[in-house]
Amino acid sequence: MIACAVLGIGVYGPGFSDWPAARAVLSGAAAYVRSDNAAPASGLLPSAERRRATPATRIALTAAQQALIQAGLDPVQIPAVFASSSGNPDIIHDICAMLASDDYQISPTKFHNSVHNAASGYYSIAVGSHRAVTSLCALDGTATAALLETAVQAIEADAPVLMVSYDLPYPFPLSEARPTVDAWALALVVAPATFKPAIAQLRLSDDGTNDAVDTALSNPLLESIREGNPTARMLPLFAALAQSGLSEVVLRQGNGRALRVSTAAC
Amino acid sequence: MKSAPVAISAFTATTAVGRGHRALLDALNARRSGLKRYEARSDFELDSAGPALDTWIGEVEGLQSITLPEQWARYDCRNNRLAWLGLQQDEFITTARAAVERYGPARVAVIIGTSTSGIAHAERAYRERDAEGHLPQSFSYATTLNNFSAPALVAQAVGATGPTFAISTACSSSAKVFAAAARLMRAGWIDAAVVGGVDSLCMTTLCGFAALELLSRDPCRPYDVARSGISIGEGAGFALMEMRADAPVYLLGAGESSDAHHMSTPHPEGLGARLAMRGALDAAGLAPESIDYVNLHGTATRSNDSAEGRAVADVLGSAASSSTKGWFGHLLGAAGIVESIVALLALKNGFLPGTLNTTDVDPDCPNSLLLDNATRHISVALSNSFGFGGSNCSVVFGHDATTQSSPS
Repeated sequence: MIACAVLGIGVYGPGFSDWPAARAVLSGAAAYVRSDNAAPASGLLPSAERRRATPATRIALTAAQQALIQAGLDPVQIPAVFASSSGNPDIIHDICAMLASDDYQISPTKFHNSVHNAASGYYSIAVGSHRAVTSLCALDGTATAALLETAVQAIEADAPVLMVSYDLPYPFPLSEARPTVDAWALALVVAPATFKPAIAQLRLSDDGTNDAVDTALSNPLLESIREGNPTARMLPLFAALAQSGLSEVVLRQGNGRALRVSTAAC
Repeated sequence: MKSAPVAISAFTATTAVGRGHRALLDALNARRSGLKRYEARSDFELDSAGPALDTWIGEVEGLQSITLPEQWARYDCRNNRLAWLGLQQDEFITTARAAVERYGPARVAVIIGTSTSGIAHAERAYRERDAEGHLPQSFSYATTLNNFSAPALVAQAVGATGPTFAISTACSSSAKVFAAAARLMRAGWIDAAVVGGVDSLCMTTLCGFAALELLSRDPCRPYDVARSGISIGEGAGFALMEMRADAPVYLLGAGESSDAHHMSTPHPEGLGARLAMRGALDAAGLAPESIDYVNLHGTATRSNDSAEGRAVADVLGSAASSSTKGWFGHLLGAAGIVESIVALLALKNGFLPGTLNTTDVDPDCPNSLLLDNATRHISVALSNSFGFGGSNCSVVFGHDATTQSSPS
């Protein structure tokens, strides 16, 4: 079992521009309206990088910035765990389509934006942080893997760690091979349990079975989004964080084994 | 802050110089390179006529004839054939399965570094789109293109059900797997981990590095005054990590950092590289003079070698160092694991590889570069891996976990 505290929360998704908006819906106080968000222009990115950065990078940094502001922490001091199933889906499509047309002149920017850790790279440049950043992938268990890695890092370093998970749809035709619903980025600042001021306390444990079932969301539309976007698979945890009391969720890892996460609001 | 050492109880590497760590050691000893001139061709997942690139590659021979077991047929792609081939060498899969049996499946993690996973498979699928633009029905995204495909295959192959994920931070990916696995172990979440890295040749990286004008026309010449870029290779490497006190070699520490400088160019003074090496020394509880050998990232680009050379000289003084990329090329997401295995071979065999293809060391690189192979007992070795996005990782390995704090 690993105990830790949540110091900050960030949310970017259709209809959710930030954590207060998401909390109102996830707690049941407001109805979910799936509306298009304004294209994010993360304040973390300098203008030159904003032009070059991929959509994945922009939504990841938007959620990251919200969580860091709520935690009241200087990002220069904080290691970060970035996670995505799809990485930069538009860039992967562009490169495969170019190569298939015998056009081998990939632009240097497109190539460096194709790496899975493009968002975390832009992040460290944007905030000027020399701390460790990593970039993880575990298909539909991506966000769960990132939560565990973040908690373990925070405990070992005895310091806060930023977690950001983000996933966007692939363009056609990869969209048929890997349907993905909407663009989502979710962020948490996780710290050892004694850190204050905390929003909530978390306890992570192995579910203990090999056939665990994810906690579902009660709102049918949000549930379909949860099932359709790897990052949104973390939404049940955010719904638990939106409750005032105790709660528990099951989040599957990539290989089917699950994390059991209990939450207690502070 | 010093962290507890973790035993490396088995390892294996497959590259252009051959299958398994014995073939690697033999090639290093004989100074036999696996690099060859690139030729555009129709081949397994390198199936376009391809661009006319004037460069050298480190290709693993025989991937065309590798067949995955029937139950994992959907994982079939160049990258997973290479992962599967790599797992079979040095009885690694048997040793890993025995560890899973010993500790229980949920107590063993699988963490694999990869940069491009099965993108060659997607490149081919795009060429095979139908008239309406659909990919072939046979294209299986999750088991090929997604970065999770290799870790999922490896986890199933060894029977592990602990935390399973890919780390994809470009060319530092499979060095960072050691750090992530050691953390999970020290947190008590797992008892053992299969870590590794696998990356395979594809048009995306060949053309991408060509666009950056970073491909060498000759076999790469790390740290040479006339170096002109990288030779891309492919490879797979794996290591079994356990908390035990009777292993011949240990992970003593890892350090991770960010350049915060540029997406595809290292910090000119190697700032992030310095922080990674210092972090690894701190985690190992070692003084810089304890490092007997450094396996450099040493890509043979102008910018990497001069930045890394300065950083190594500054942090580690005159520690003997070499880049082994002249043997098998730059393995990108598999570089960290395979070059860590070179460091482990150096520790186990009292053998230091030199730097192949390099004759005239760049005076702009003030580190102490080994050109020729050397034979001597060493106690502690460090391996550097740096990637796009300014992602850096240094790992330190040594013999005896109980005597690690006494410099040799």
